[in-house]
Order: sequence, then structure tokens, then C-alpha cells
Amino acid sequence: MRQFEFEAKEAFRKVGLSIPRGRTAQSSDEAEEIAKELACPVILKVQVLAGGRGKAGGIKRAKTPKEARVIAGKLLGMEIHGHRVKRLLVEECLDIAKEIYVGITVDREKRKPVAICSGMGGVDIEKVAEEHPEKIARLTINPLMGMREFEARRLAKAAGFNGRELLNLSRIIMQLWRVFSDNDAELTEINPLIVTTDGKFMAADARLNVDDSSLFRHKSLMERLEKGVAELTELELRAREVGMTYVELKGDIGIIGNGAGLVMATMDAVHYYGGKPANFLDVGGGATADRMTQALDIVLSHPDVKGVFINILGGITRCDEMANGIVSSQKNLRQEVPMAIRLIGTREKEGAEILRKANIPFLETMDAAARLIVEKTSGGKPT
Amino acid sequence: MTVLINDKTQVVVQGITGREGQFHTRAMIEYGTKILAGTTPGKGGQEVEGIPVFDGLIEAKEQFPSINASIIFVPARFAADAINEALDAKLEIIVAITEHIPLHDEMKFVALARQQGSYIIGPNTPGIISPGKCKLGIMPAHVFKPGRIGLISRSGTLTYEVAASLSEAGFGQSTAIGLGGDPMTGMSFIDALKLFEEDKETDATVLIGEIGGRAEENAAEYIQEHTTKPVVAYIAGRTAPKGKRMGHAGAIVSGKSGTADSKIAALREAGVTVIERPIDVDEALQTLL
Repeated sequence: MRQFEFEAKEAFRKVGLSIPRGRTAQSSDEAEEIAKELACPVILKVQVLAGGRGKAGGIKRAKTPKEARVIAGKLLGMEIHGHRVKRLLVEECLDIAKEIYVGITVDREKRKPVAICSGMGGVDIEKVAEEHPEKIARLTINPLMGMREFEARRLAKAAGFNGRELLNLSRIIMQLWRVFSDNDAELTEINPLIVTTDGKFMAADARLNVDDSSLFRHKSLMERLEKGVAELTELELRAREVGMTYVELKGDIGIIGNGAGLVMATMDAVHYYGGKPANFLDVGGGATADRMTQALDIVLSHPDVKGVFINILGGITRCDEMANGIVSSQKNLRQEVPMAIRLIGTREKEGAEILRKANIPFLETMDAAARLIVEKTSGGKPT
Repeated sequence: MTVLINDKTQVVVQGITGREGQFHTRAMIEYGTKILAGTTPGKGGQEVEGIPVFDGLIEAKEQFPSINASIIFVPARFAADAINEALDAKLEIIVAITEHIPLHDEMKFVALARQQGSYIIGPNTPGIISPGKCKLGIMPAHVFKPGRIGLISRSGTLTYEVAASLSEAGFGQSTAIGLGGDPMTGMSFIDALKLFEEDKETDATVLIGEIGGRAEENAAEYIQEHTTKPVVAYIAGRTAPKGKRMGHAGAIVSGKSGTADSKIAALREAGVTVIERPIDVDEALQTLL
């Protein structure tokens, strides 16, 4: 779960990292007031959960409180990469001497945290990694021990820092490690970490992505997720509420299956025959008839959906339950929606019997069903 | 020999008294898996399917010192503790069915397991099965048949899909391993490929990958250098968009990394036969064997 910059900075402040003076504004009045309080040129930054805010025109400087007011008026309500701006962060402008990158993330293949540092901060770090790999220092951390101070110094040294800067930077790396471990982070980074003209280190930007699976021990974030402040569509939220994974896509064939891998393969099979999936929906393991009904309801609520492919391979999921769910949704459907149903696995005979009684046709292979649904929805031959 | 488990594997079920624990304990016993004990803190002294329940692993091991494997059905927030308990008891094989275990906990127990040489299968796995010999998991047993193909997968139901295609075509399996759908799993494709390469009862390996991470690319590098047995691969999620998690926490394309295209290209480069549909596995193996 990605945190807003102002939330990440709050986490930074808790471990003693220096951040610029300032706070958030939700109106131009507030922005002007903050600029007055700071009594210096300010920077206004849109708070949205997307990268590339600067390039999209979401970060502006203002010399006076009046100017801050005008700019805030323009930024609030603006759309940045599809996200509506509801909040700005108004901060003091810094006199920049140097920009550094520091980040800690998880190396999936090594199965360990990795800390990254570079003297080339303030730009896209992935680009630096591509164009100047020698400018990036990395350090793999033993998760059982955590980052140790000598390791932080080693990393800062490898990134080319010496003397007082080396000591300052390694202290900051240790603090960032605390942010990473205290918050169950998947990723936390400071980009840029600024060295001001008077030699102070300051986190000008802040990123913190918290592992969704750890939210039970981060209560306030859990609440935010439940209130739906996270960036999900209405249907995605509805699915989450009932504990199913639903992802909206751009096509017109609704997809329902049991198990993430199988649903992905189902999407691919539809695509193989020239169809376009409208969504990804995993009913989860051991789903009941009710869940199948809910799943169909969600998928059919999307206005683009012309047909539905239900692919069930029952392991802990029972085919009779799935069949009952399909039958009861069909009763409630106002108009006929083309369907392709594939149903095999645990209690398949019982499931087949239920569908047969309701006159609902079904198939035994994923491939045949994929071909069928593309045929039914395109009105022509699958490619 | 089969890989990791066989008809001698001696099993404890952690979280045996829960709904899932009870249901699958029965299914595993029916399959012939040797389950000796179960644990659930606070429920020591009870029985499930005639299996004695203990409060902790120490007591279970005292009574049954031959236990060498565990399967875990403990809810996410307690599952890391259960895995650590199994590691502390020096069990060789730990199958963690549980999904949504915090990433930081996973990093810790995976590191510990590697230090002491235990195998963690999962988390978020359907488990492992050596058809006809031992089932340590929640998979529908009837789609698996004994044979000489090794199966390695990051997915659950998709594994059944491919196993069903294999069995139908007369290609039984020596062992099928579900690595798990989380970004952080105890075993990698490489760990599993190594085991199948050494296994005398395996002639070829089928690898089922999906979008996200670099596990398949790394596997491709390993195959190029070290594998003599044929490998067939299927990659799910060719049509998945960027930045969206496809159900599994690990299945996400970010930027250029983690795409199906990159994985398919790397595997083909390494001489692996990459199939476009699960049903094509039959033809691919016919050609190779």
C-alpha cells in the first residue's frame, strides 16, 4: 500500500530524519496561510499516489503567500495521471547544493532487503541504474540481523562519500532502515535527499510502500484501506469487501475463475483466440454458491461486458457449489448474457447435473470454452 | 527416489483443529500420507481423525521423534510463528499453505531455513505431492498420476490444470511442487530444478511460471548452464496490464520487469520449449522424450 508523501514524511519524522518545514493544505486559503507562517519562498506539491508529479505539472514554486494562493487554486482539483488532487503539501524552498538517492527495498530473488545509494539523486533511479550503473551502490542486508552501522558506512562510502558527509549519510541510512523495518515496508526511499548550501541533510521527497499483508499490525492504515481511500474502482472495492480479487481491464469478456494462476491463464486463453478480457476475478479457494453469485454480479455490473467465461477447476472449490451459484444468478438476470462455462474437478458430476437441469450448457476444457466465448461475443469466428 | 517427500515421510499438521486443517488431514490420510501428530496451542490432548493433538511441536516430537515434515494451516498472523516453531524443531520439510504472511516475516524465516538446510514450500502454496506415495498439500489428488515428469509451479489451480493435461496424455508425475504465489517463497525454481536434475525417477521437468519478479529469468540462466533433462514451460499472465496485482501478491508487472515476454524470451534462449496453452504440454513432451 503506497503512502502519500506527507504520510511517508510523518514516518520519517518519527525516526528523527530531517524534513523541510511545512504541512498540508486542502484549500488555497490554507496554502496562503502556511506560506505566511513559513515566511519564505515555498514549494507546493500535489499529494497523489502516482510518480512523475513534477513532469505532470504538479510541483510548483511560489515566492509570496499571494502567489501560493493562486497556484494552490490551480493545483487543487487538477488531475495527475488519472488521480484527482485533493491535497497539497506546502513546504519551505531549500537551497540545494547536492542531491542524493537513498532507498531500501526487497530483493525478491535473494529474499533479502537491499539498500541502494547514489550520488545522482533527484532523477529516476531506474534510469541511473541503466545509464550509469557504476554510480549506484548496493548492499544486501541479512534479514535476521538487520542493517548494522558499519554496513551503512560501507554503503555511503561505496556511493562515493567521505568525511563529514559519510558520517551524516550513514546516520540517515540507519534511520531509513528503521522506517523500513518499523513499517513493514516493501519500499522506502528518499529521492532526493538534499544537502543544502549550508551543509544540512534534508529529505525533500519521501516514499513508503507498506506490505498489504502486514496491515493487521498497522491499524491506522488498515482503517484507511477499509474506508476505501486506496486507489480502487468502485467494483474493485466491492470485490475487496467480499474478499475476492477483481481487477478491471479494458476488454469486453468477463472472466471468473478459482485461483490466481488459473484466472491469468484463462485471460491468456481468451486472448489466444482473439478476445479481450474485461477483468480478472478470482473467487478464491473453497468458494460457496453465494460467492459465485456475487462474482457474477460484480463482473456483469461493468457496462462493457458482453459475455462471461467461468472457468472452474475444483480442488478445495466444489463444482456443485459453483453450479448452484451460476443457476441462481441466471434466474435474476434481466437479459441473456452469452456465457461459456468450464466446470471440472471436485464434485464435477453433481455440478454437471445441476447445470443440466437448468439447461445451462458447459464444457470440459478451458481451451474449448475460450474459443466458444470469443465466438459468442464477437459474432464471428475466433482468430 | 522422488523429490523431497516419499512414502516414508512422517508428518505433523500445525493448525490441525481448524476447519481447513481437519478437512485436509482427512484427505491426506486417505491418500496414504503418514500423519503422526497435530498441533494447536491450547488444544493439547484432543484428537482429530484419530490423530493426537499437542500444544506445541516439542511435545509432538517427544512422542514421535521420527517426524521430519510439517504442513501448516495456521491463519496469516500466526503462521510465521508456526513456521519458526517448525524450523526450531529442525524439521526438514515445511509446507506453508497460508496466504498473506507479512513479507518481513517471510524474509526472516526463509533466511533461517537456508541457514539450517530446511526446505520451506510456500507460503501460499497448494503443497507438494509425489503421486501414489505422499501428498502434503490441498491439491485434488485425482488429477495427479504416478510417473516420470517433475512439475514446478508458482500457482495452485493452474498446477492442477497442467497436471490434468499431463495425466490425460499418459505423462504421470514423479513429484509436483507448488512453490507458492507470494513474492517471497522458501524455494525457487532453481532449488526445485536442481532436485529434479538429480532425481533418477524424473525424465523431464515442466515449469509453470507467471508474471512478476525474475524467478523465471534466473531459472532460464540456470537451465542453460546446469540442466541436462528437457524442460517445458508455461507462463501465465501474458495479457496482464502493468502495475496491477493479478491475485497473487507476487504477480505484478512493474516497469519493464516481470513481463511474460521477458520470461518467455529468456526461457526460449535457454533451450526451453515454451508452450502457449496448458494443453500443448502433451505435444511438447512427445517431441522431447
